[in-house]
Amino acid sequence: MVAWQSLGVLRALICGAGIAALFATGAAAEEFVAFKIVDNESIAKSLTGKPGDPARGREVAINRKQGNCLACHKLPIPEQPFHGEIGPDLSTAGSTYSAGELRLRIVNPKIVNPDTFMPAFYRPFGLHRVSKDFQGKTILTAEQVEDVVAYLTTLK
Amino acid sequence: MRRIALAAVAASGLTVMLAGTALSDETDWGAYEVGDKRSGYTYAATETRSIQDDDFENPAMLWVDTGQELWDTVEGEAGKACASCHDDAAVSMAEVGAIYPVYYEPRGKLINIEQRINLCRTENMKAKAWKWESRELLSMTAFVRNQARGRPVAVKIDGPAAPFYEKGKEFYYQRRGQLDMACKNCHEDNAGNMIRANLLSQGQSNGFPTYRLKWQKVGSLHRRFRGCNSQVRATPYKAGSDEYVNLELFLADRGRGLPVETPAVRN
Ligand code: HEC
Ligand code: HEC
Ligand code: HEC
Repeated sequence: MVAWQSLGVLRALICGAGIAALFATGAAAEEFVAFKIVDNESIAKSLTGKPGDPARGREVAINRKQGNCLACHKLPIPEQPFHGEIGPDLSTAGSTYSAGELRLRIVNPKIVNPDTFMPAFYRPFGLHRVSKDFQGKTILTAEQVEDVVAYLTTLK
Repeated sequence: MRRIALAAVAASGLTVMLAGTALSDETDWGAYEVGDKRSGYTYAATETRSIQDDDFENPAMLWVDTGQELWDTVEGEAGKACASCHDDAAVSMAEVGAIYPVYYEPRGKLINIEQRINLCRTENMKAKAWKWESRELLSMTAFVRNQARGRPVAVKIDGPAAPFYEKGKEFYYQRRGQLDMACKNCHEDNAGNMIRANLLSQGQSNGFPTYRLKWQKVGSLHRRFRGCNSQVRATPYKAGSDEYVNLELFLADRGRGLPVETPAVRN
């Protein structure tokens, strides 16, 4: 696990180079986008090269089959009855963290804290016994990651 | 019936609390709490607990009753019933539910209650093994384990069982699936916390086979394992696999001292 910390950049680059083709097989699988981690703290550039859509990001955060951020976090989404108590309240995440820091925490929070319970939403490798339907796939697409980043930056 | 008396103690003072909300640490859970170990009963909603508390209301007792009938039924080429050799289950099976899984010398590995029952069917009765999750195997397992109701779980994890216990422990702490989660992330680190609409318990095994309101029937512990594996998008193992039997021993030890509750009722 500790290796993640130091190999963060390396891994991300390896992925970009060699693994993209491997992960692009399944029907819903899209090409895995390479990214660069800055100082183990941030992924400065958008994974899609474009800004995300905050309204769609909010939906991704609610959707149990996508982000399901509400499983563990409280968010300013009053129409949803159940908010988890596992991670911190994200109501002001946009003033605590920059977009790049948020992106890293969604892509792979294990780079910040190897023991975290939070899943890496954009890391289709280094996993054990992934069921067939999800093999080689990331939990969120690059576009969905950007949508969630865009949504969180609005939370001040 | 000791259990029902204890349930009454635990229930007093709780009536005003809301179903499904985290309860305060001061609640006296009687036998359902031993040191820092807490049965799933203590996390269940008030209505769910009251169904479990009353054998006449508890739908799982139908499975126990079926088990009782099967106990006396002659089957197989040897012309025997369980009762032919084991007589009164209340005496001969008084402990089994609290001490299984055990190391089984002839196979060089652990066996759980389901497997012990099927060994008796195939070897001692010359009858066919019951399928996993069949009405018969669930009923007999519930019946056998019910004989130990109220007894503290006390499995053996030393001697030849030790390496299997270690494997079960490793399983428990290993992250798996696309969501990359271990049993411990939910049931050790977050017992008492809401994960969206679900209140996480310690994931104790003392009430299995258990009637789940969601299933509308009794289910085995291994069915529960499969569910907990699938929800993190991991490939589950087969019910009855060595991996799950080893995990079963680790879980039993983790809940050592909690009373056997079979058949429990849960969400
Ligand atoms: C299984 C539980 C879980 C899920 C699901 C989850 N998180 Fe987290 N999250 C955590 C935990 C626990 C932390 C605390 C940090 C740690 O463990 O290192 C955290 C921390 C964070 C942080 C840093 C907050 C801070 O104040 O430091 C952000 C931002 C975040 N999560 C965003 C998200 C988003 C967005 C989603 C959905 C796409 C999500 N999380 C889904 C458990 C979860
Ligand atoms: C022909 C006799 C015979 C029949 C019939 C029989 N058993 Fe057994 N059973 C045994 C013997 C002998 C043992 C002890 C084996 C040992 O100690 O290794 C045993 C052990 C067991 C045990 C484990 C007891 C312990 O303390 O570890 C269980 C549980 C059990 N039987 C259940 C059943 C059930 C349920 C049935 C009916 C489906 C059944 N048996 C039918 C002979 C029988
Ligand atoms: C993502 C969270 C999560 C993970 C990981 C998880 N479970 Fe569960 N488990 C649950 C939920 C939710 C329930 C139902 C509520 C409760 O009892 O916690 C449950 C229930 C259980 C129960 C039933 C408890 C009872 O009182 O009837 C057992 C046993 C159990 N889990 C074992 C395990 C084992 C073993 C693992 C690892 C293979 C595991 N769980 C992994 C969420 C999880």
